[in-house]
Amino acid sequence: MAEPAEALAPQRSPLEFRDPERGRALIDAIARWTEDRVDDPVSIMHVCGSHEQAIARFGLRSVLPPGLRVITGPGCPVCVTDAPEIDEAVALAGSGVRILTYGDMLRVPGSYGSLDDARGEGARVEVVYSISKAVERAAERPDEEVVFFATGFETTAVATAAVLLRDLPANFSVLSAHKYIPPVMEIVAEMPETRVEGFLAAGHAASITGWGVFEPFVRRHAVPVTVGGFEPLDLLAGLARLTERIRRDEPVVDNCFPRMVTREGNRRAQEQLWAVFEPAGGVWRGIARVPNGNLRLRDEFARYDARLRFAAEIDGGRVSSSVGRQADECRCGDIMAGISTPRDCRLYGSPCTPATPIGACMVSAEGTCRIWTEYGEHPVLERAAR
Amino acid sequence: MCLGVPGRVLEIDGLTARVEFFGIEREVRLDIVDEPVAEGDYVLNHVGFAIRRIPEEEVAETLALYDQILAELDREDLMAQDVRSEMGLAGQRSEGEASDG
Repeated sequence: MAEPAEALAPQRSPLEFRDPERGRALIDAIARWTEDRVDDPVSIMHVCGSHEQAIARFGLRSVLPPGLRVITGPGCPVCVTDAPEIDEAVALAGSGVRILTYGDMLRVPGSYGSLDDARGEGARVEVVYSISKAVERAAERPDEEVVFFATGFETTAVATAAVLLRDLPANFSVLSAHKYIPPVMEIVAEMPETRVEGFLAAGHAASITGWGVFEPFVRRHAVPVTVGGFEPLDLLAGLARLTERIRRDEPVVDNCFPRMVTREGNRRAQEQLWAVFEPAGGVWRGIARVPNGNLRLRDEFARYDARLRFAAEIDGGRVSSSVGRQADECRCGDIMAGISTPRDCRLYGSPCTPATPIGACMVSAEGTCRIWTEYGEHPVLERAAR
Repeated sequence: MCLGVPGRVLEIDGLTARVEFFGIEREVRLDIVDEPVAEGDYVLNHVGFAIRRIPEEEVAETLALYDQILAELDREDLMAQDVRSEMGLAGQRSEGEASDG
């Protein structure tokens, strides 16, 4: 079969890790480690929307042995942003402040509507791909207040931190809804319904924190963690290592993505992250209140904290906004906790679709419902063999 | 937001670099990259910030996944969409004012 990737890049040699034989060997290894678990499959959770995309895109679930079940964790940053956090941004937008944020945040429903709804009512809401662009916007418009609604995990929080450590325009501030992955793993690991036996940690987030960040977690919960990449064979290698660790009852941290992740991680990014933010308890939508799961601006950065600068606007705007959207039946929280799959949700597929999303998991490109809809639940087999 | 994108550093000016992503040039901040970066190096980028200098021997393996994803432009593909939006290419499906880099 012709490889489009190779066609575009003929100078690159075929790579060992894309070898189908190696893929089959890894699948065989997983089958061996899980052969006596067919009736009660080994349960491995990933905590990364991009992992779910890759698993679905390359059809990995359809080639995995029956003794292994890969479940989704709280890895979609847009999805775990809590409705009251959206409400704050919507209230601010309604008060006349210019709000800039990452693309997927626009359509995520809060309690009374989304930022997109607010924009429809005349609010100034813009999408940027980088917080740097938001700072530029503020510099161009010194006469108006510009707030960056900062969402996402450590991968985006480090960018927010770096920006806050520079000289900023006085009319710029940040509404932080950043969340930090390691603490939520503590919560999910203890959920009796979820029964996670091993965690596949996200490669790019771990390039910042380092894989060492999972060592205390592994000691506390006696559950193995493996850092994995995004290639099909990276993922299979991570799953094979985890099933082996689970079978042998060896709760340790393994790094199956060494080309991106070291034990200590990116120290320079960590220093800036913790210089600007401190951990604080916060609600992850649909999951739980997570001790230390949110990143709050430290007092030294209070002058850039939109939550303080616009406390009155946020409070006053909360209830005045547009029509509510009822999503009581939405199972997004259970899906992100690994308790349910989209199939368990009565709304999935009808009426909840990418064009008419009800829950955050259908809005975001990293949401499980959206991913399953786009790629199908039983994606093409041949992709996995590449 | 979870998947970074690798690119090649063309030019460095203080803490800002011009980086080429699969034919697209963008400004990238070097404030938080883990190691000193030189022109010609590859870096992994998230939301406009380099977070890791990719060791030379790892570059080809790192690029392979993206080559494959981006090669399939005819398909509606979430990963390709994410990669394009990380590159500032209006990967957003909203009608919002696309950032033009």
